[in-house]
Amino acid sequence: MPKKKEVLLKIRNLKIQGYSDEQWVDIIKGVDLTLHRGEVMGLIGESGAGKSTIGAGAMGYARDGTRISEGSIEFDGMELTTATEAERRALRGSRIAYVAQSAAASFNPAHKIIDQHTEGPLQYRLQKRMEAQEDAMDLYERLRLPNPKEIGFRYPHQVSGGQLQRAMTAMAMSCRPDLIIFDEPTTALDVTTQIEVLAAIRDIVEQFNTAAIYITHDLAVVAQMADTIKVLLKGSEVEEASTEEMLSNPKEEYTKSLWAVRSFESPQKHRPKDGVPLISVKNVDASYSAGPKILNDVSFDIYAGMTVAVVGESGSGKSTTARCITGLLPPSKGEILFKGTPFPPDYRNRSKDQLRQCQMIYQMADTALNPKVRISEIIGRPAAFYSGLRGAALKNRVDELLDLIELEPSQYYNRYPPELSGGQKQRIGIARALAAEPTFIVCDEVTSALDQLVAEGILRLLDRLQDELDLAYMFITHDLATVRSIADEVVVMQHGRVVEQGPKDEMFTPPHDPYTDLLLSSVPEMDPNWLTTLLEERGVDNIGDAATAKL
Amino acid sequence: MGDILGLVGKRLGLGLVILFIISIIIFFMVELLPGDIAQAVLGQGATEENLAAMRKEMGLDQPAIVRYLGWLAGAVQFDFGSSIVTGKAVSAIIGERFVNTLFLAAYAAVIAVPIAIILGVIVALLRNSIFDRVANVATLTSISSPEFFLAYILILYFSIKWGMFPSNAKISDGMTLADLLYRTFLPALTLVLVVVAHMMRMTRASIISLLASPYIEMARLKGAPPWKVIVKHALPNAWAPIINVVALNLAYLITGVVLVEVVFVYPGIGQALVDAVSKRDFPVVQACCLIFAATFILLNLAADVGAILTNPRLRHPK
Repeated sequence: MPKKKEVLLKIRNLKIQGYSDEQWVDIIKGVDLTLHRGEVMGLIGESGAGKSTIGAGAMGYARDGTRISEGSIEFDGMELTTATEAERRALRGSRIAYVAQSAAASFNPAHKIIDQHTEGPLQYRLQKRMEAQEDAMDLYERLRLPNPKEIGFRYPHQVSGGQLQRAMTAMAMSCRPDLIIFDEPTTALDVTTQIEVLAAIRDIVEQFNTAAIYITHDLAVVAQMADTIKVLLKGSEVEEASTEEMLSNPKEEYTKSLWAVRSFESPQKHRPKDGVPLISVKNVDASYSAGPKILNDVSFDIYAGMTVAVVGESGSGKSTTARCITGLLPPSKGEILFKGTPFPPDYRNRSKDQLRQCQMIYQMADTALNPKVRISEIIGRPAAFYSGLRGAALKNRVDELLDLIELEPSQYYNRYPPELSGGQKQRIGIARALAAEPTFIVCDEVTSALDQLVAEGILRLLDRLQDELDLAYMFITHDLATVRSIADEVVVMQHGRVVEQGPKDEMFTPPHDPYTDLLLSSVPEMDPNWLTTLLEERGVDNIGDAATAKL
Repeated sequence: MGDILGLVGKRLGLGLVILFIISIIIFFMVELLPGDIAQAVLGQGATEENLAAMRKEMGLDQPAIVRYLGWLAGAVQFDFGSSIVTGKAVSAIIGERFVNTLFLAAYAAVIAVPIAIILGVIVALLRNSIFDRVANVATLTSISSPEFFLAYILILYFSIKWGMFPSNAKISDGMTLADLLYRTFLPALTLVLVVVAHMMRMTRASIISLLASPYIEMARLKGAPPWKVIVKHALPNAWAPIINVVALNLAYLITGVVLVEVVFVYPGIGQALVDAVSKRDFPVVQACCLIFAATFILLNLAADVGAILTNPRLRHPK
């Protein structure tokens, strides 16, 4: 699309250093960036590539523990690296605005949304309070928030995540900035909600001809949003090109590898003709203490050696089902069968042998591993507890487990979790689950916190372990690409009910239950026209929450 | 709002249970002491017959549980029995003194709490600067010196060298408020110096612990000046721990002032307690202990309620 070619932001040879291990190390190693008025640039790369650091740098802002050490950042003719802090601050919010990844965490819980919205215009004396509030309501309406006249007067915790993310975009617009930095604005959202936010952001950026830097690790998302794409790796630029060219004709090997990710697909297994399921969830209802019913008549089977993916939006009851199976949350109705015999509902009443059968791997390996305990002990404790191993036998077992997860035992035996990378930590989580010698493992969003390349490694590892040890997995995820690569069977959940279930090949071919259809069609595709086409097909009022509500 | 009332009600009920348990502990601890009230009253002149007669008269021949229930029944009506030294009702002895102690505590609190919180905000804003370090060292020094030592230093300068304030905080009924404030200034100042450090450091710490939050970064990226980031965005979310420390310090102002009262000859409840212990006046000791326990419980309850009220999630449910 033709746009006015007036340069708004010019970054040259930018170097940013971070403080770690008592010394300053380069985290951005000389990046150039040119952004014109009204242009949207996508910054993509894995975590640690420095996307967010560059985003903050474009505002002349160095996060705590970082410093801009070299290079120039020129915003609309003003050099930010030599400007005073007061001069830089005067740009923030008024001419350059920021939209953060987690709107829920980035809105101050103590103030009403609209008061946070009007803070900028009042501070810069652009509008009186009443005018600013009127304007906020107008923006809420443009961003298609429900009850635009009223929603701003709520507190952040009273509004859903997708709505908050749009309210944050409205807040960024409050002073009509020339540039907005979007820092992974939809990463924390469900796919169905994501569309709504993407459409809203694209609209508003076009309406006001605002330039934007759109930071994400999701290629399909950036394809919808950006005019040009810049690929980053470990603080350096890999390549930059227009979106169409980058998608159709990437030049660098690294870019190609990003594009090729998710090529992994495990061959689909089918249920044995006759046989008892390993785990059987039968008509389970559950709720937390006296709260509302979270699960409503949930039933499905998991056979030995197979992977059942449970998909659905957040709050659909996926993790609660897992808690019922492991006995952390006794169901209020129904039962859990293991090889045809009922499991005691409460884990406290289960025998050691029953307990060892079901193990968990968690989403955040960071918080699921005690940072002050050695790897050998993290893995060794369940081995000692369930199998009664001691001394040399225990050490051999831990070595064996580390071998299984492809980490060199002699090197990792005595280390602590904070010394490991995200992917390695998740491997330790897997080893801990394996130490109990289970037949069944619940994988709760195990790859969602990881980069795509690392996530693929974890999926391959899980797949190999399944074949070697004949494990059954319950794979909780909201990412349909993961489902495609690893699942044998799929269970779709919504509002605590099972909407649809069946073998993977059937689930990915129509006809679907309307909710499954919505879920599948909401997954962004690499085609840059995907969002436009989808909006034309469905209409702007029939996406996200609105579409979910109509079902 | 119904939720909040429920929460407060629950806390209040729990407080009453704790108070009940404490009353048992206080009563039976005193029981465990060697000798009894009769012996204490009779002192040297205790013969077997005298003791027996005295015990009968005071009801000490009854089993402990009966006497406890009788004492408890009286205590809930603020009747703590009568002093075995003077024979006067305990409530008459400590009532007025407790009011005096409350006055001194309130005086100190009105000065100390705002100073501590404002100072805490300022040092959080100027963290790691010279001002921060000086404030830290100064308040730490004052908190680490024993209060009687601080009191004597203050007396040395303010009353002896400069003659600004009296060293004797004796008060009597007919005094005007201004007179009262003037006479009790030095003990109040001593208490202020003792409690400010704790509250200030907690304010600083709880604000700084929030500075890494995404919403603080957001406020900065919206161009809010540093003072506004601290006062408007961090402080409203930092109240809960601050309120807790304030409550603990207020409790200290009421229950921990014995030394200060003695140094300044201030007729507060601390002095009464010291007198009673040295004269083995058990009913007074028990009553003082119970009042102190109730003070702690009430103030902690107030802190809990305060923490609940400053939490927008509880104030504005979905």
